[in-house]
Amino acid sequence: MAHIPDGVISWPVLAGGIVTTLAGCAYGLKKLDPVAIPRTAVLSATFFVAALVHFPVGPTSVHLMLNGLIGIVLGWVAVPAILVGLLLQALLFGFGGIIVLGVNTFNLAVPALLCHGLFQLSRRSQHPKIIIATAGACGFLGVGLTAVLVATSLALSGKEFASAAQLVVFAHLPIMLIETVFTAAAIALLLRVKPEALETDQGQELHLDHVQEDEQGKAYV
Amino acid sequence: MNGRATDPTHLHAEPGFAHQPSPEGLSKPWMGTIQAHIRLIACFALAVVILTLHHPIALLCALLLSCLAAALAGLNTAQTLRRMASLEGFMILVLLFLPFSIEGETLFSIAGFAASYEGLARALSLLAQSNAIMLLILALPGTLEAGELGQAMQRLHVPDKFIHLFLFTLRYIDVMRQEYRRLRQAMQTRGFQMRFSMHSWKSLGYLFGMLMIKSLERSERIVAAMLCRGFQGKFPSLTQERPLSQADLIFAVVMASCALGLLTLEWARAAS
Repeated sequence: MAHIPDGVISWPVLAGGIVTTLAGCAYGLKKLDPVAIPRTAVLSATFFVAALVHFPVGPTSVHLMLNGLIGIVLGWVAVPAILVGLLLQALLFGFGGIIVLGVNTFNLAVPALLCHGLFQLSRRSQHPKIIIATAGACGFLGVGLTAVLVATSLALSGKEFASAAQLVVFAHLPIMLIETVFTAAAIALLLRVKPEALETDQGQELHLDHVQEDEQGKAYV
Repeated sequence: MNGRATDPTHLHAEPGFAHQPSPEGLSKPWMGTIQAHIRLIACFALAVVILTLHHPIALLCALLLSCLAAALAGLNTAQTLRRMASLEGFMILVLLFLPFSIEGETLFSIAGFAASYEGLARALSLLAQSNAIMLLILALPGTLEAGELGQAMQRLHVPDKFIHLFLFTLRYIDVMRQEYRRLRQAMQTRGFQMRFSMHSWKSLGYLFGMLMIKSLERSERIVAAMLCRGFQGKFPSLTQERPLSQADLIFAVVMASCALGLLTLEWARAAS
């Protein structure tokens, strides 16, 4: 994932990232049905594992960001899910920083939300080939837009980062390529085996009747 | 190459799950006796303070403070150093470019591009800041157990849903990692090799598509089990509160005075 460590980003950018991430998170959490929390969490755990797999590129290796795929599957809930993922990476491995979490979440979540919108549009076509092609485009766009956003946050933080910011975008090209294929394949499999997993009305399938009839139903709100 | 590196199923960073409870009988490091929410607040506050520092002496003191915190938390030295060395690729780019993109007194030049003293100083201070904060994160909240982290977030009024999402995700990372290893091993036995090729990327895509389906099915079982046990949207264990102990108060006071000390040092140096 794209972790900017603490120390690089300037205060105004940091503040902007924190405010937008908090707002997005609040909205995402509002949309998250408490019964769907295990579903979201187990999927997030899967994405966390996938982001640790290394893909060889020449003498080095790269890691996936998967924000396109996360956006497709989780919708608005992707914002808190990405924040949780980044928080865990900071706590477990020391990747990224803590004050910069807002900016890092913003950089990954905004492309994820755009990918979600794009994918929902493509689903109207009902045509598997179009849907799978869009999924590939989401993989590509998710990484590409994040690279641009990371570069923008660097460039906004100081003129001295401008040249490095341009290189950052190019450094993401191999990941964009890999994620295009990866996301298309993953969604193709989901479409064939469990298409209901792509419904964004989360938790609908999990709703057991007695939950809604529970007198203390408010406990779930 | 050691055996671990050649094991194709091993993940980039072996999660050193600090959250798993230490075996009984082992003495807890001193940091372990401090309450979780105090450590979280201290980490945030010190990180903000460190970000405002510019003077080399103040930054050096901040780094020393972080090392002290790491020692008190009983962090594994070798593992921590490895983590500090594994900078993100683009951070290396940023650091390499800084000496050339800030103008000032020329230190040396490569192919006509002059590296400035000011740029090098900026790169070094950046490195000090990010490493000092990283050490703090690993030392203060990084050594907490999952339950403690949940309680701390509850005390700091983080929304319940977020805490539950956090705890569930942490809980299932290890489970999903094992599932991944099983699938990957099955591919291995059929002769799969990870290469820079469409075939590899597609196969991994299918693998994780399969894992997503498995995780959805697993989550249905989890919800059914939770409802069966009468889950009411709250974890009772999260709401238990301990009163602050003397050690907590001492820690809070020491951390606050360290923060103030760093700020004074910075101001005094900037003024002179």
